[in-house]
Amino acid sequence: MFEKEEAKVKLSTDLKSFIDLWKNKSGNLIMILHRVQQEYGYVPREVALELSKILDVPLAKIYGVVTFYHFFKLTKPGKNQIAVCMGTACYLKGGEDIILEIERLLGLPVNGTTEDGEFSLDAVRCIGCCGLAPVMTINGEVFGKVKKDMLPDIIAKFKGKN
Amino acid sequence: MAYRNYVLVCGGTGCESSSADQIFKNLINEVDAAGMSDQVQVLKTGCFGFCEQGPIVKILPEQAFYVQVKPEDAKEIIQEHVVKGRRVDRLQYKEENSASGAITDTEGMKFYQKQYRIVLRNCGIIDPEKIDEYIARDGYAALEKVLFDMTPEQVIDELKKSGLRGRGGAGFPTWMKWNFSKQVESDQKYIVCNADEGDPGAYMDRSTLEGDPHSVLEAMAIAGFTCGANQGYIYIRAEYPLAIDRLKIAIKQAKEYGLLGENILGSKFSFDIEIRLGAGAFVCGEETALLASLEGNRGMPIPRPPFPAVKGLWGKPTVINNVETNANIPVIILKGGDWYSKIGTATSKGTKVFALTGKIKNSGLIEVPMGITLREIVYDIGGGIPGGKKFKAAQSGGPSGGVITAEHLDTPIDYENLSKLGSIMGSGGLIVMDEDDCMVDFAKFYLEFTVDESCGKCAPCRIGGKQLFGLLEKVTKGTAVVEDIQKMRDISLAMQKASLCGLGQTAPNPVLSTINNFYDEYMAHINDAKCPSGKCKDLMSYEILSDKCVGCTLCARKCPVNCISGEKQKPHVIDQSKCIKCGECYASCKFKAITLG
Repeated sequence: MFEKEEAKVKLSTDLKSFIDLWKNKSGNLIMILHRVQQEYGYVPREVALELSKILDVPLAKIYGVVTFYHFFKLTKPGKNQIAVCMGTACYLKGGEDIILEIERLLGLPVNGTTEDGEFSLDAVRCIGCCGLAPVMTINGEVFGKVKKDMLPDIIAKFKGKN
Repeated sequence: MAYRNYVLVCGGTGCESSSADQIFKNLINEVDAAGMSDQVQVLKTGCFGFCEQGPIVKILPEQAFYVQVKPEDAKEIIQEHVVKGRRVDRLQYKEENSASGAITDTEGMKFYQKQYRIVLRNCGIIDPEKIDEYIARDGYAALEKVLFDMTPEQVIDELKKSGLRGRGGAGFPTWMKWNFSKQVESDQKYIVCNADEGDPGAYMDRSTLEGDPHSVLEAMAIAGFTCGANQGYIYIRAEYPLAIDRLKIAIKQAKEYGLLGENILGSKFSFDIEIRLGAGAFVCGEETALLASLEGNRGMPIPRPPFPAVKGLWGKPTVINNVETNANIPVIILKGGDWYSKIGTATSKGTKVFALTGKIKNSGLIEVPMGITLREIVYDIGGGIPGGKKFKAAQSGGPSGGVITAEHLDTPIDYENLSKLGSIMGSGGLIVMDEDDCMVDFAKFYLEFTVDESCGKCAPCRIGGKQLFGLLEKVTKGTAVVEDIQKMRDISLAMQKASLCGLGQTAPNPVLSTINNFYDEYMAHINDAKCPSGKCKDLMSYEILSDKCVGCTLCARKCPVNCISGEKQKPHVIDQSKCIKCGECYASCKFKAITLG
């Protein structure tokens, strides 16, 4: 038989009280996962395991949900999270070139994290600032009408911070 | 009007992300510094729609329209305009091509002249975080009217007269949906608002929720009263933090005022609304997938019937309406179905909100009456194509829609006409393309999206999409053969007929529509291995013209992969095997010595 994995994580009081609040509501899993990701930046396996116990839901179901939705991550993102919008307007106005250039500048692929853990890069779905296309965000700060030659300066702003 | 001037700052996501919040704070400080806080009110409102030139500040009652405002402009705006009554010319919007290049206030702007605002009636006018401002503009009057002066049958009758159809894309008559649910006997029913706006390049619903959240809450309560439901859910994208915050504030305020919760306005009707977050799955815009997601599961669709109106959330009758549909409802109740049905065409009533983006001068959010032509939208409201380029096509309906070509610029836009043209109304994304855009590449972009978003449950969508994508990729790489076109048509037909839900059924639309309208362009890729618009990188290469190159070495220094070599002051060459086709050399050459072919 498989040995049962033991949870080795202590959840914060805030997270715990959030889970308690939602525990008995139907359809709570996605809301709780959002809260977990807000706290950790991703859904760590230990936390998923702990959730499975608290909510009495199989770990497989939690993973089924986490892997179905693009929003949830299973790996730890970089300290600075770069997201390049790949909505239609941004695509037409050169979003892909922006991604290629960032890949080149930082030497990391889309969905990857730099070795020092400083930057991670995602191509994301439309963030709805189409008037500013092409758009990218770093840690939520929006940069609009981005051109390739602006990228080194934008990245430098964040390098070594946080 | 207690104040002499109202200074409105656009607080939509677009402007907010270009420091609108700092502008707002600075304006308040400047008003304080001028000692005019009791005469001048500074407000942060919803989206003005003119996103291209944001951040925007508007001053009432003069209707002055300031564009591309920076935080440091706050002082000048307050000191000059508000204190001294002199407008700040350099920041005022100037209409292009107008006789005098004249400065225009809001009412004179071509961008607004052909618009008709019902859904966006309060966007950019009220502070969305203050329920009193919504109430002052007849907010919750429709709910009151319904609760005390109307029966559920009368509400349905009014909606029927209005001709309102679902604005999520498919255009199903709203009154029928409500009526199905109303007629089912059940101990519990639900009202759901679909705010999972997944269409890339569209932000109508986000702007409505950010600018006027109460209109959606009010409509949901009206739906609850009509269908006999006491619980509502708003399913919204987690990627819309600002809209979520404003909804939370709105729900809290509505509860405090007794407009949501137990015994609304002292009546017997109780209704509560909860927010539930999506997690980035396009398929969750499909009703049954949305419900699966609300239940906390993977968002996979199930066959219909039974329809959600009969058997939906947790097996109970559920009415699902989109944000824009909801925002229409209070107005229809107050002004009457007959009034509403006078706007629009024979089969499509009312207005439609579009997110006008892509190669267009005035990118932004617009609301127009049904029946307007694409020409009016692109040229009168949108100001035409930038850089003197030619209009090539516009895509409506996002990944489920198709292209409308120059030939059909004068077709009145309504549900039926768009479907005749091989597109759909969709949720409101309207993307304009110019001569530089490759239609094959564009179809590939959308298909890549739908393949990625397919939930994988049914084979036609899962396998068909992937195969179709593979064929398109061959076309863009110049390795396709003419027979592949027929293959694409066959796969498309199978997907349309056999897919389980709307995602798979409509995914081939961008492909079919571009094949039908731009057949020559496909042929150029296939027969001549050429991309006429120069977008498909595999089909082009950069070359240095030896007779024009002076050997300045600039391109060699710019090249990120060091594939350009040559002696100083002698013609250089590009090593094609190393070139990544980034175009840096092309952009940097001052002697036009580099060609793209």
